[in-house]
This record gives sequence, structure tokens and C-alpha cells, in this order.
Amino acid sequence: MTELGIEKLHEMLINGEVTSADLIKESLAKSHALNKTCNAFVTIIDDAKPSEVTADLLSGIPYGIKDNYSTKDILSTGSSNTLKDYVPFFDATAVLNLKKHGAVGVNKTAMDEFGMGGTGTTAHTGIIRNPWDPSRMCAGSSSGSAAAVAAGVYPYALGSDTGDSIRKPAAFCGIVGYKPTYGMISRYGLFPFASSLDHCGVLTRSVKDAAIVVDAMKGIDKHDQTSWDSSNIHLYDSLDGQVKGKKLFYIKEIVDLSNYPDASNELKRHLEIFKETIQKLEDIGVSVSAVSVDPELLNAIPSVYVCLSCAEATSNMSNLTGIIFGPRGKGDNVMDLMKDHRTHGFSPLIKRRFVIGSYILQKENQERYFVNAARVRRLIVDKMKELFTQYDGLILPVSTGVAPYIDGSKDELNSDNTAVLEEHLQIGNFGGFPSITIPNGFIDNLPVGVNITGNCYDDANILNIAYALEATMPYQGQIAGGQNE
Amino acid sequence: MSKYKAVIGLEMHCELKSNAKVFSSARNSYSEIANSNVVAVDMAFPGTLPVVNVECVRKALMMSMVLNCKQPEYMYFDRKNYYYPDLPKGYQITQMHDPVGVDGHITIECDGYDKEVLIHDIHLEEDAASLDHLYDVSLIDYNRAGVPLLELVTEPCLNSAEEAVAFLETMRRIYQYCDVSEADTKKGQIRCDVNVSIMDSDAKELGTKVEIKNINSFGNVYDAIIYEINRQSELKDAGRYNEVVQETRRFDEESGTTIHMRSKVDAIDYKYFVEPNLPKYKITQSWLEEIRKSIPTLPRERKNKYITEFGLSEYDANIIVKEKDYADYFEECVSLGMDAKTAANWLTVQIIAYLSKHDLTLKEFYLKPRFLKELIDEQVKGTISSKQAKEIFYKSLEDNKEPKSYISKDMAQITDRGELEKIITTILNNNQAQITEYKNGKTNLFDYFVGQVMKETRGKANPVITKEILKDKLDN
Repeated sequence: MTELGIEKLHEMLINGEVTSADLIKESLAKSHALNKTCNAFVTIIDDAKPSEVTADLLSGIPYGIKDNYSTKDILSTGSSNTLKDYVPFFDATAVLNLKKHGAVGVNKTAMDEFGMGGTGTTAHTGIIRNPWDPSRMCAGSSSGSAAAVAAGVYPYALGSDTGDSIRKPAAFCGIVGYKPTYGMISRYGLFPFASSLDHCGVLTRSVKDAAIVVDAMKGIDKHDQTSWDSSNIHLYDSLDGQVKGKKLFYIKEIVDLSNYPDASNELKRHLEIFKETIQKLEDIGVSVSAVSVDPELLNAIPSVYVCLSCAEATSNMSNLTGIIFGPRGKGDNVMDLMKDHRTHGFSPLIKRRFVIGSYILQKENQERYFVNAARVRRLIVDKMKELFTQYDGLILPVSTGVAPYIDGSKDELNSDNTAVLEEHLQIGNFGGFPSITIPNGFIDNLPVGVNITGNCYDDANILNIAYALEATMPYQGQIAGGQNE
Repeated sequence: MSKYKAVIGLEMHCELKSNAKVFSSARNSYSEIANSNVVAVDMAFPGTLPVVNVECVRKALMMSMVLNCKQPEYMYFDRKNYYYPDLPKGYQITQMHDPVGVDGHITIECDGYDKEVLIHDIHLEEDAASLDHLYDVSLIDYNRAGVPLLELVTEPCLNSAEEAVAFLETMRRIYQYCDVSEADTKKGQIRCDVNVSIMDSDAKELGTKVEIKNINSFGNVYDAIIYEINRQSELKDAGRYNEVVQETRRFDEESGTTIHMRSKVDAIDYKYFVEPNLPKYKITQSWLEEIRKSIPTLPRERKNKYITEFGLSEYDANIIVKEKDYADYFEECVSLGMDAKTAANWLTVQIIAYLSKHDLTLKEFYLKPRFLKELIDEQVKGTISSKQAKEIFYKSLEDNKEPKSYISKDMAQITDRGELEKIITTILNNNQAQITEYKNGKTNLFDYFVGQVMKETRGKANPVITKEILKDKLDN
């Protein structure tokens, strides 16, 4: 049952065809099975209690929580050894909101350590594998959430997105990944990576489910000053599929095959699928235009992201000293004690990012790197906002194709793999834009995705376009290893 | 005294009074019980976020105005990053780029002369936790973590330890007057860093600056400056001024000396950047106006008014403005219609002595201005003598009862001229010998006659009228 969508499960719960306890039991069983093949979870909450079924769509239905959300009385590690035994005494606001809607958390999903990776290979519990092909990665950092939703463990799981951490795994796992406008969902209780770029969001198997879940997660929060009042936005109710006359654009420089002289067959096919998707949109009355954006600006995206995210991360994670929480380090004095905790707690990838962040923030380097990165961020955002005055949204293919193999992957910064095609989703984080990835095809039996990003506060419009596009394709609700291709 | 000119700059940290901590909802109040005023944010549990306390911003802006600073257009904060066990987040939220006030100035009084002190900036930040180092273990108390602090930085424009302390005293008093802080050094609410350098009095360039950090009383600020001026002067005298290096020292209370902590090359790079969790927000003109209107009259203006309008001596005025409670009490007395000098006299003599003897504050003092007025009115009317007034004052405080209840008919003065004349005539008739002596030049016998009248009336004769009648009868 758990492979069904929220509306359907709700209907069955209301009709008494299934109980909340049944769903939880099934979800837990699938969790244990998936953990064997894909290593998707840090914690499986075996004693999860069913909740009362009410008129609320989410009531009684199990879901997954990324392990960087603080969950009261439940281990929350951020997939890091620095918090390997940390049991919070408070719920993240988003989790608390879902609890109020009767949602039942059944597991904590594994992720790249503190969200600082894009492969799912840096969790302290080991490599997270793609349910479509366990020799491949899920991308990251919401890897466990993506794997679990794709495998049908439950209809949705929470993710977080600082660069593309919801939207890329969604593409590689053939599901929907949505991060709403910055501040629509409170970040209180989300372990920070880079505060100005961090977003809460969700991974689902349909646009409708994404709308239902974010409706429940969102809301202004007195604990998060960057949150805002969205009580007049009703995402689920706004889905009508009426998109005639809507206007999207894509960035020519990113999509044109001619820019990739050494393109693999996979990339060629990926871009073809993208063109087919555009055709589908035009068929339902959405115009899609090619827009040119200064390549210099586009090529700056990855380095701007590295500068800002590493700098903020260095500072954000300075609370991890092993003094108040986390395993106490060894040492003769308090400084050595903190050093020991951090040296043994963090993976090499994270330490590398801290060194970069620290370097960027140094007095003598700040202007050159940090301040300039912030300026370029502003230029990119301004350019997008200017385009959003003419268009409802930006549409682009996600990544260069399908999920890569785990062997041989190295999640390192400055690897050669910094093509704009891989990194453009970061635009959505720079501007705090609502952004959604949906599956749009298969290459060699592996899913690929397409992303739509719109202007701040225009979530309902963006979701509605994605919803209409989804309806033109057969991938809604698909399960890894299912019958769709 | 050194032959060199001293140049001193101050950094004054003062804990603000507020309903909650500056970025969390925990109580901001001094507590003996460790870790009792703490919420998740104060201990930087993962995922917690700061939320600005508007009351603290308001108070900071008020001080910015009092110091004649420029206020920024937008309010935002910066992170100051460093590792220390008393700093749970690994950074302090402070203001570096755009503090609540810059480029200010304030006139202070020091030893009878006025001095303009230039203010570099004033900014709002959070305090760290407090550490208690025991023999083989250190304890952390997070009660203080996140307590609002105002840090005020002067230009290097003070020239003596006296000026430095006069400035600190002035500011302490202003904080109290504006009700932004208790400004109690005993509770550790004020801490200072002091920069000291010396130079030849005709020199153009400043000497080498030495910083003394974390001094917790004004007395120690004074001693540290004196010590540092002497230390630097002696080295300069001995031709060893190159041994004065830019460094951070601390003041050792026991020895009364300053001790090297770290040199400039060890200075920490705090890697400041804008706090992303607290969005910038515009400080509106109307809000600033509202704050400006709520600034109470400050001690310096009050003192001038007391001298020029109310005719108080500078001495009395100084005593009264020393504490806002005194000044408020005094002004209430005057507004009730009491004679200013009489009110000042009662306040500066009886009341303050009583408070100090009983270790009370004026807020806890029973005799509110309206009660004092009752008492003094009776004395002015002549119903009671000044001696009686004092007696009633103490009785009233002892029993916490209105002075009125002690002023009975029985104790009323004899002010009736006819009645007094009768008594005096009898007395004079019985003292013929003394009258003769008096008339022969022994004029100090006048007091003897007054004494006789008082004896006869058990002290109730109105002394003024008594003296008038006596003079009249004896001299004619």
C-alpha cells in the first residue's frame, strides 16, 4: 500500500480498507528490507505509533525524516560521527507541524554528512545506494529520503536543499523533489549547512503529494526570523492544471548540445528528452523560449556556491565541539579536547570544506572571495528576477544524465565535474526560488529529471506548471524496479 | 605625575536589562543557580536559530541617540568567529559593519571641568557563558550566554585615569537613568577594556598602544591606567621605549600591575561576516522618533536645572543627580509644591543617611514625597518644630505609618501671641534679677529667657514668636 499516493491512502484509511497501524507496519518492513540493499536509514523507528485518522490528508500515513532534522527523543545524527549519539529534546518546526497533521515518522534517512555532499557516499553509516540500480548512487545529500520514496517505503520523505540536495537525488531516483521559496518552511531544528542557502523541502512520487506535504510543513515560525507568513498560499488547492498561456524559458548556453563537443550518448539522449519535454509543454499551451545568459555569469555559479556555502558552513558547524553534545574528545586541555572531537568526528570531505571556508573568510581574503562571491550571487539573482518578470519560470534538465556508478565517484570539490549543467540548480538556492524536479524520462532503464524554478513566493504557479507537465508523462507515482519502462 | 601626555581609549561593555535574552526567549536575570536561565538556543543545540529581541534593539538605539551617534538605516548583525568553551555557537553575534551608533560625542564633567568625549561606535551583541575554573575541572554556566551587551568604544581621546573613570561614571549613570541597565559592577554587569599609550606632550604621533582587557571595576580601571602610564613612562625615561609593544595585557588586582597576555602577532582573525539568520530590517524614522521621545532628562541637564531654576548649591545638586531615584524623588517633591531647598535638604541629609544606615534603596523607602510634604507642611505652618519633624520622620519610618498620625493637637505648637505673652510676662516677673543683668549688658541671658519659656511650655512654644515677644519686652 505504501507505494500509493497520499490521496489514495487517505481514502483507504477513511473507508477502513487499511489502518494506520497496517501502513506503519508495512513501511517499517520495507525500511528494513531497503536498508539491506541500499543502506538508506540511520534509524528505523520500530516503535512508531499509529495516529488517529482524521479529515487531514496526512493523518495516519507514515513518512521519512532526513537525519538532519531534529526529532524529539529520536536519534538525530546528520549522518555524522560528531553527533552519532545525539538525541534531541525538541522537534524541528517542520516535523512538529507534520505531527500536528497526524503524520507518522517511521525512519530517519541517511544523507551526506550534514548535507555537505552530492553523492550519498559520505554518511557515517556508509554508502547509500540507488534502488533502481544499487551499484549506482542516489546523488545527495537527501540520498536516503530519495531512495526510500523511490522504493515505495512511504509516499514522502523530508529533505533539505542547500545546492541541489533535494532536486538532484529526486532526478536520479525518478521521483519528485520540491524545495519551496526560502523561509516558507521554518528551518528551526534543521541542522544548518549554509544558512542563507538552506531550504527544507520534500521528496514524493507526485507533484500533488509535494503540494499536500508542503502545505502542512510551511508557516511562519517565531523561532525562525527568515520565515514568512504564507497562510494565503494553498498549494494543493491551487493545482488545477490550467497552464495555457504560461511562459517558461531555458538557458540556451546550458542546454545547447553544441556547447558540449565531447558529449556522451547519454548526455545527447538526456538533452533530447529535455526537448521532448518542452514539446509536451508546448502541446498543453505553455510557451518555452530559449534565453541567452552571459556564460561568464553561468560559469561562476559553482565557485560562488563553493565560496558562500563553505564559508557559512565553517561558522555554522563551530558548535560541534563535543562539549555540550556529541562524543567528548580526548585532550589535556579544552582546546585539544575540541580539536580531537572534530578531527575524529568529521569526514575528510567536510574538513576540506572547512579549510576552504576558513580561508575564504580570512581578513586578507574576504574581499577577494567571500564578498565577491556575494556580489556575483546578487548579479545572478538579479538576472533571474529580471527574467521572471517576463516568464513564469526557468526549465532545465537536471544533471548530465542518469545516476553515476558509485565506484570511481569521488565527492570532491574542484573535481573536473563542475559543468554548469551539473550545478545550475544552485541558482534556486542563491535566490531562494521555489524549485521542483520531476521525472521526465529514462535512459538505459534509469530515470532522469527536469527542473522548473520560478520567482519567490510564486510556488503555487510553479507547482501547477509541474503538475500539468507531469500529467503528460507516465512517470507519476513510479516505483524503482516498477513496470514503467 | 608623568611628564608625558597619556592617551586613553575605552571599551565599555554593559549588560542590558530586558524581558529576555538578546537572541533567545530565556530570562535575562542574574541567578545564583547555574544554568537555570537557559533555552536550547543559548547552548547552540543543532538547528536552533537566533531571534532578535526588539526591546534590546530599542535600548541600544536609545543609547546611540544619547551619545549623539548616527543611527544606521538598517539593523543587522555580524558573526565574530572564534573557538572558546564559553562560546557555545563558536561565534558571537555582534555588530561590526553597521553598529547601532557611530561617530558620537558626549560632554562629561571631570574635576570641575567639562570634557568632550568622542564615541567611535556603540553596538549590540550577546554575552558569553561564564566559566568557573576549579582545581582539576572547569564548570560552564550558560545563564550569561546570550545576555544582551552594549559595547561602547571611545576614540582615544581621554588623557588621564580621572577622565576615564569620570566618563565611565557618567555612562553608568546614564544607563541607569534611561533604565537600560542596572549597570552594577558588583554583579559583573560592566566590564572594560582600556587602551593606553603615552607621548611627548608636543608630539604629533600617538605612541604605542597597549590594551588591558576585561577590567571589572572602575577602581581597577583607574589603577590599571595609572600603573600602565607609569610603566610606559619609566621605560621611555630609561630610553627603552622600544620595549613598549603593541600587546594585550590583563590587570592583576592582587599586585595592582598589568601582565602580558598576548602580543599583536597572536591577534585572532575573527572572520566577521553578516549573520544570515537575522534578516536586515529597516529602522524607520517614526520608530526613532518614538525612542527619542522616551529618553528621560539626563543627569547633566537635571543638575543644571536644579542649580539655575531651583537655586540649589552645586554640592547638593551633585548628590541628588548621582542616582536617578534621588533625582526623581526630589523632582516629585518640587512638583508637589514643596520648597526646593527644603526638599533637597531633607533628601541629602536625613533620607540618604537613613537609606545607607538601613541598606535600602529609595524605591523601598516608605516616606514617599507626598508623606514628606505632609510633614514639612506642618513644620512650615508652625504646627510642629523642626525637632519634632525629625522625630516624626523616624517614628513614621519605624512603624510604616503616615506622618499625619503622629501630628496630634497635643503636640501642636503654641503660636497664639496672646497666650505666649501671658506666659512670658509671668516668667519675666519671676526673674527680675536676670532682667537687670541683661540690661546691664549680659545679653547672652536672652537664651536663658527663651529656655525658661520652653521649659514652661514643654517645648511647644513657637520659638520665632517667643523670641519676638521676648525681644520686644526686654529691649523696650
